[in-house]
Amino acid sequence: MLGSLPTQSRALSARNVSHRYGDVVALSDVSVSVAAGAVLALVGESGSGKTTLLRCFNRMIEPTSGEVRVGAADIAAQQLESLRRSIGYVPQDGGLLPHWRVLRNVALVPTLLQRADADAAARAALELVGLPAEKFGTRFPHELSGGQRQRVSLARALAAKPSVLLMDEPFGAVDAITRADLQSAFEAVRRELHITTLLVTHDLAESARLADEVAVMRNGRIEQIGPTHALQDTPATEYVAELFLRASAASDALRVSR
Amino acid sequence: MTRRMQFVTLTLALSILNSLVPSELTAQKNEPIIVASKPFGESYILAEMFAQLLESRGIVVARKPGLGATDVAFAALRTNAIDVYPEYSGTGLQVILRDTLSAAAMSDPAAVFAHVMRASTERFGVRWLPSLGFENTYAIAVTQATATRLKLRTLSDLAREQRTLTGGMTADFIAGVDGLPALKAVYGLTLRDVRPLSPALKYQALASGDVDVIDGYSTDGLLSKYNLVVLTDDRHVFPPYDAAAVVSPRVASGRPDAIAVLALLSGRIDENRMRALNQRIEVDQTDVRVVAADALAALGLLTNGASRSQAPTVKSQPFLEYLWGQRATVAAQMLRHLLLVAAALIAAIAVAVPLGLLLERSRGAAEPIIRILGVIQTIPSLALLAFMIPLLGIGVVPALVAMWLYALYPIARNTFSGVRDADHAAIEAAEALGATPMQRLLMVRLPLAAPVIMSGIRTAAVLTVGAATLAAFIGAGGLGEPIVSGLALADTRMILSGALPAAVLALAVDAVLGKIERLFTPAFRARKKS
Repeated sequence: MLGSLPTQSRALSARNVSHRYGDVVALSDVSVSVAAGAVLALVGESGSGKTTLLRCFNRMIEPTSGEVRVGAADIAAQQLESLRRSIGYVPQDGGLLPHWRVLRNVALVPTLLQRADADAAARAALELVGLPAEKFGTRFPHELSGGQRQRVSLARALAAKPSVLLMDEPFGAVDAITRADLQSAFEAVRRELHITTLLVTHDLAESARLADEVAVMRNGRIEQIGPTHALQDTPATEYVAELFLRASAASDALRVSR
Repeated sequence: MTRRMQFVTLTLALSILNSLVPSELTAQKNEPIIVASKPFGESYILAEMFAQLLESRGIVVARKPGLGATDVAFAALRTNAIDVYPEYSGTGLQVILRDTLSAAAMSDPAAVFAHVMRASTERFGVRWLPSLGFENTYAIAVTQATATRLKLRTLSDLAREQRTLTGGMTADFIAGVDGLPALKAVYGLTLRDVRPLSPALKYQALASGDVDVIDGYSTDGLLSKYNLVVLTDDRHVFPPYDAAAVVSPRVASGRPDAIAVLALLSGRIDENRMRALNQRIEVDQTDVRVVAADALAALGLLTNGASRSQAPTVKSQPFLEYLWGQRATVAAQMLRHLLLVAAALIAAIAVAVPLGLLLERSRGAAEPIIRILGVIQTIPSLALLAFMIPLLGIGVVPALVAMWLYALYPIARNTFSGVRDADHAAIEAAEALGATPMQRLLMVRLPLAAPVIMSGIRTAAVLTVGAATLAAFIGAGGLGEPIVSGLALADTRMILSGALPAAVLALAVDAVLGKIERLFTPAFRARKKS
């Protein structure tokens, strides 16, 4: 249903990216890349720089130095709005426009792009996340559950068939059961679209389940990148080892993945 | 074409243009003489007499009765926004010129008048015509019975008997430097007790024996109604208050015809006559036009009695009947009121909403600017109006500007805070998904702030309906007109015929805007409440 784009334009990369807020170093010489169609999770404590890094990819933050590419192109040279319209974005709280009904919310980006088929695109995207437009399209966001709102937010991110998807703790503010549902919904979307995804999360079970690779961030640097099992088996630093040790004590998922 | 030829052509064209435009003086001849008054009965009567007298001699006039107070009226006169109004030499000395004269000069009315006349012309170019022939100064009055019993004739006599007497006086007189404190300083007057009373009440209190001494004005009609004795100011504490017509610089220099007509009244009205005229207004509630026409006829200045056809209002007429009789006038005033409010409000929205948005963009400037707008709100309306006159004259324009200034604050403040407090997550998501700043404003920020902005507009509208009643003080019309006139002429029904519709209008505007506010409240909020 949602078509796919040439592989080359769907990879993500950041090279030697640094960012400061005044004297505070938020990102320090970070390099990372995500292959087309892959999911990379950014994990770490609050203040580790994971959200800052994510926001460099849609230029919600302009890095102090370094180069960020979406596909082959350096995004610093691109027209800001057209770049953002080509990138899906799901914030933690959903960020739905409270005065718009669900269908209109989902049609936001196709509408901004002045596409004639905005309505159809929105319906298709709603279908994809498991919320039929007939039933949910005319509701207001406050008439939905927290989990439904996040699905709508995901549908909105996907409606204009973006090349990449940025998700900032998308399932962080819901209960455990709902979170599991949402994760399943995301996996279904992924099977369908193979969309290149950058996922910020503080939940190592989530990153283990959803991501191909995990980047552990600390103090604005990447400590280690790799698949979850590799990080668990051969942690590069004490910090990575301890992070997974603590997490696995609390989560069955990590024990299973081991 | 050479440069020289161009110059010659230009000069020629200019001189032709010049000949087509009439000179300033001839233009003035056709302009009406604007006759104004201050907001009390005697001023209304005198102004109406000026107006009818001018009209009877073929001079076109326009009436602007009930202008604010001395500040407003004199500012209007000085700037040629009005042409003539009645004023008093003591007021000219103390309020307008703010001069002090020697005690000897103060006790000589002619000296005071001469000083005020000369100084006003020197400083402002306005001209005082010779006195109308009466004084309207403070009058300390007692009943005939009290005067006889205690042998009271002068204020010195009163000071002798002060320990046994109770005063009933206006708050102004009790506190004002030229009032009771001056009497204490000069006569050593300390009454047993002084009660603050409103002007209308003190005469009744005196008649019923609740108080023994009151303050009033020497031409108050009620003095003769109650047959009171006014005690002579034998030590000349009060400055002389000789009444006279004061004319604008424009008329003083360019309209000798009008001056000559107005001067016909000089020296013609004595204190008893003025008191009788005031009584017809205050006590008999006769129409001011009738009173003025009768007075001019009695002076032999008006023969046809043009205004007599206007029947005096019947005092016993019930209020609702009176209101029904006035319905055309009230409807017209209400419409004008509404138009004033609408114009001021639309202009305020046009400025305050963009201003609020701008301030939200530059938060540093927001606080001081919003605070300045807030301070404007605290300026008393009359002071603001008086301040406008030198800049904008009198009438609709300064009234609109003042109302506009009052309406800015609630709208700008609510726009600012409404947009500032709008759902940040939604705005940020719209930004991250590629909405331009303008799209974010129109699609997200403004719609989310709309209910807050609308409630600011609603507040401003109700405020403006109230403020518009004061517009009558600078001649802008509206429902304030009967309020101002009614206050001046002590006509309660007239006051109510403006005040009640104004209150109804305020409620109606509030209700209508409340409905609109609910329309602006997005469904997601309305439903959340239910």
